[in-house]
Amino acid sequence: MPKVTVDGVEIEVPAGATVLQACELAGKEIPRFCYHERLSIAGNCRMCLVEVKPGPPKPQASCALPAADGQEIRTDSEMVKKAREGVMEFLLINHPLDCPICDQGGECDLQDQSVAYGRGGSRFHENKRAVTEKYMGPIVKTVMTRCIQCTRCVRFAEEVAGVPEIGAIYRGENMQITTYLEHAAQSELSGNVVDLCPVGALTSRPYAFEARPWELKKTFAIDVMDALGTNIRLDSRGRQVLRVLPRVNDDVNEEWASDKTRHHVDALVRKRLDKPYVRRDGKLVPVSWDEAFAAVAEAAGKAGSSVAAVAGDLLDCETMYAARELVRALGGTMLEGRQTGLAYDVSNLAAVNFNSTIAGVETADVILLVGTNLRWEAPLVNTRVRKAIKKGAKVYAVGPETDLTYKAEWLGNDASLLGKLPDAVVEAFKGAQRPLVIVGGGVLAKDGAHGDTLALVETLGLIKDGWNGYNVLHFAAARMGGLMLGFATDGGIRAMAAAAPKLLFSLGADEVDYSAFAGSFKVYVGHHGDKGAHAADVILPGASYAEKAGTYVNLEGRVQRGEKAVFAPGDAREDWSIFRALSQVLGKTLPFDSFEQLRARMFADVPALASEGLVACDWAPPSLPTGASGEFSYPIKDFYLTNSICRASPTMQRCSAELLHGEEFAEAAE
Amino acid sequence: MSDAPAPAPAPFVGPLDDKDRIFTNLYGFQDWGIDAAMKRGDWDNTKALLEKGQDAIIEEMKASGLRGRGGAGFPTGMKWSFMPKESKDGRPSFLVINADESEPGSCKDREIIRHDPHKLIEGALVAGFAMRARAAYIYIRGEFIYEAKVLFAAVEQAYEKGFIGKNACGSGYDFDVFVHRGAGAYICGEETAQIESIEGKKGQPRLKPPFPAGAGLYGCPTTVNNVESIAVAPTILRRGASWFSGFGRENNKGTKLFQISGHVNKPAVVEESMGIPFRELIDRHCGGIRGGWDNLLAVIPGGSSVPLVPAEQIMDAPMDFDGLRALGSGLGTAAVIVMDKSTDIVRAISRISYFYKHESCGQCTPCREGTGWMWRVMERLRTGDADPSEIDMLFEVTKQVEGHTICALGDAAAWPIQGLIRHFRPEIERRIAENRGGAPIMEAAE
Repeated sequence: MPKVTVDGVEIEVPAGATVLQACELAGKEIPRFCYHERLSIAGNCRMCLVEVKPGPPKPQASCALPAADGQEIRTDSEMVKKAREGVMEFLLINHPLDCPICDQGGECDLQDQSVAYGRGGSRFHENKRAVTEKYMGPIVKTVMTRCIQCTRCVRFAEEVAGVPEIGAIYRGENMQITTYLEHAAQSELSGNVVDLCPVGALTSRPYAFEARPWELKKTFAIDVMDALGTNIRLDSRGRQVLRVLPRVNDDVNEEWASDKTRHHVDALVRKRLDKPYVRRDGKLVPVSWDEAFAAVAEAAGKAGSSVAAVAGDLLDCETMYAARELVRALGGTMLEGRQTGLAYDVSNLAAVNFNSTIAGVETADVILLVGTNLRWEAPLVNTRVRKAIKKGAKVYAVGPETDLTYKAEWLGNDASLLGKLPDAVVEAFKGAQRPLVIVGGGVLAKDGAHGDTLALVETLGLIKDGWNGYNVLHFAAARMGGLMLGFATDGGIRAMAAAAPKLLFSLGADEVDYSAFAGSFKVYVGHHGDKGAHAADVILPGASYAEKAGTYVNLEGRVQRGEKAVFAPGDAREDWSIFRALSQVLGKTLPFDSFEQLRARMFADVPALASEGLVACDWAPPSLPTGASGEFSYPIKDFYLTNSICRASPTMQRCSAELLHGEEFAEAAE
Repeated sequence: MSDAPAPAPAPFVGPLDDKDRIFTNLYGFQDWGIDAAMKRGDWDNTKALLEKGQDAIIEEMKASGLRGRGGAGFPTGMKWSFMPKESKDGRPSFLVINADESEPGSCKDREIIRHDPHKLIEGALVAGFAMRARAAYIYIRGEFIYEAKVLFAAVEQAYEKGFIGKNACGSGYDFDVFVHRGAGAYICGEETAQIESIEGKKGQPRLKPPFPAGAGLYGCPTTVNNVESIAVAPTILRRGASWFSGFGRENNKGTKLFQISGHVNKPAVVEESMGIPFRELIDRHCGGIRGGWDNLLAVIPGGSSVPLVPAEQIMDAPMDFDGLRALGSGLGTAAVIVMDKSTDIVRAISRISYFYKHESCGQCTPCREGTGWMWRVMERLRTGDADPSEIDMLFEVTKQVEGHTICALGDAAAWPIQGLIRHFRPEIERRIAENRGGAPIMEAAE
């Protein structure tokens, strides 16, 4: 632990810390542009210069200088002040004065730091440089004249996203940041460069000219686009969510978010169900809530206890709990959330949990991916695997070969491989301290494969002291919560269809094959006019995740809560209140009158949901049939169009068309 | 080296005898090929040199007082001694030879490579052996087409003779030499940028630490040396450290290739003793200043990146590291650019500024933005289209660039302008006044 003196105050810093970190520990603010905690050190912006003794008689870049015992660091000397002013002046001489029309305005590092550390006036009387725009795809808008060449985006693309497609060309003052051949960056994480960019060179294309940061109400929420439970902030103005930004949570998403998480928001005001509908003569017609409830009541009267509920992928636990209580009050028992027909055993939650935790992936030394396209099923777990590889982990994979952004050794695509893994793999796992297996959707869809992977726990020695390397990777935000609330039927949704419930509540379930429920009276409670709504007999308009508070359990069993950012549009209501009101009409009034009461009852019923953090689940895997064979296939066919929200999003549609299907879009001449 | 406290004799500062010249085919009067080179004494029992042992070679180099010939003047023997004695983790070590001679005014490495390449290749083996390197990479400037051709052929010849490659010179040491052609970027002469370039990346200097001796080329311990530093090594080892250190003043030992260009009667590249007075260097080898010594205006003594020295200060100055440093300049690569009074000195420095603006890699802010700014102001000062206050502003800008960057290109861009303002400020002010129609410069009361 080296001891250093920062501005006369002696502090101890952890070994390996940089001078910049030492200064921060001492409570000193060090201005910076190129330095970023989660990227490699570039040391090129020169804004973080400080005076260090012993050392050469010139200011040192604190971000790149290791803190050493006995260093005397000054951040407040005349030399440092002059150095910062100088660098600031250089950064500004070729930076356009277009702050009034720049989307970064109000949250711009360059603005903030020039106020704090700049010299107030310019002595530059020459012409400013202009740089032609670069095309970076449907997510990132470029105004490259504003670029200060910090290379954060370059390092992010290469190190975190794993797509080294952003780079610098030319040199000196002509240096420009661009994508490879000016094609769109082929990454599902490209939106993060917008956050990383300290100036307005890379801004969000869908959000362009929408709002100023100081106009926005910030609400903390949990993302539902995948099962990761990305911690997000919803920025809204009035009744509309305008953008999504990630929050920092080192256990879950670090500070990244996938493009889907960021840019589905334009769909929250499109294709919305904003009034109740009832199907009359084969056509859905808008009606009042009373009429809709009456229609449901009539069907319920005929159905008796033949009632079922199928939960969608985007649901909060409260909605599922309210629906469950209603179904049970009506005498029904059939609950299911695995819409696409998965029917894996759920008798032990740990056997379908991501046991090593997301952050734990980083520490793994040998990794086996089974039937999972990690890049699409959980992009931010994929970045953790990349980090593990950087620390020396070896990755094997079973499944159809795909580009995961890193080198994985593909063992083949046959489920029977699981029973006879090559000796080299078994050897590698034997020598591993932190062996890790990630089981994806491809496995869960195949009979016997779940059992095969559970058998690997023994053969590969996945469980060690304080380490469980068996991980099932879900990709529906509602999945773990749904399993905890009992939304799983033996035999899955096929068994449910076979039982032919007379009344089926569909809770935003848009991936279900409704032709199997032809005889059921289908009540759709959801927010987007997608497949579920098309099949429904009655539509009760609900709230999207942004329009209700909710509890979510992510794939590692982490209970997290999101807040309500805006009100649902039109006549739509928060889902729990719909079930509460309906229960009254059906004469089975549910025992809660407010959201707080509902939560209290839910916590009493399922205590694990009461406290935020990881759910404790004991490892007691069921013995399942093994011996699967045949090829795996990945469940996600189109990363950008996986649920009803993003299917309604113009941005996601364009991403899909352009990035996955190679369509070209002409830029409008401005 | 000796412990006899004899009264120090006056240092030998030239002129150099032919018998003491290391580069005996500097002018290409003889063939560059390996047979001719062997007749000149190259590759003469190199095995014996290697048999001295690695530490002995490094000690000998230290004793010779050789300072790096690439410009910075870091003691070569000491640099070699920083390399690991044994590889603890299996990483090999590398020697990188910097033949990216791009400094305006410098043309010594070019002469060595095209006329005496075997001195370099033999030096590569000796130096590489001493620092326990597995291979040497010679990074040759992209514009050197003929020189690269010669070098490739010379390396081929050395392989054929078994002087390098497996069991080099029968010493039992395996050593390869690779020639890598640059693509014409000045910055790739900076050691870490050169390493990046060899690795196939954009030539941009790396942050130090880690220093190349710890993690350089491909992450392995690496030493980057100038062509001349390497090429003189075998001769030093053959003739002994005391022979080499017999030339020049204390701390500035040995012989050196001086490259005199500009307004002298006979521009030349010549090997001379370190510390030779400027006047003698010019009179003896270059036929004097064009128009006589009274016509001398200023000299840039070490390549474009060092500050210029006005005539009266340089005339009798010793041409070595410390002598020129005392004048606020530097020896650099000993590329002596002589300017007589017909020179538009502001324009000359402005052109140098343009060069640095053009060659800045663009990585660090001060250099990327500052070089362009400085050049543009210099262009206006050239015509006098400026305000007198801008002279001080320009000086301050150079101070904001100098010492604020990763590599020394920022310094190199700043120093010529600082030298100009320091010594020729009246000339700049005259132009400004002239541009204003001869009106005297007055401080405006604001």
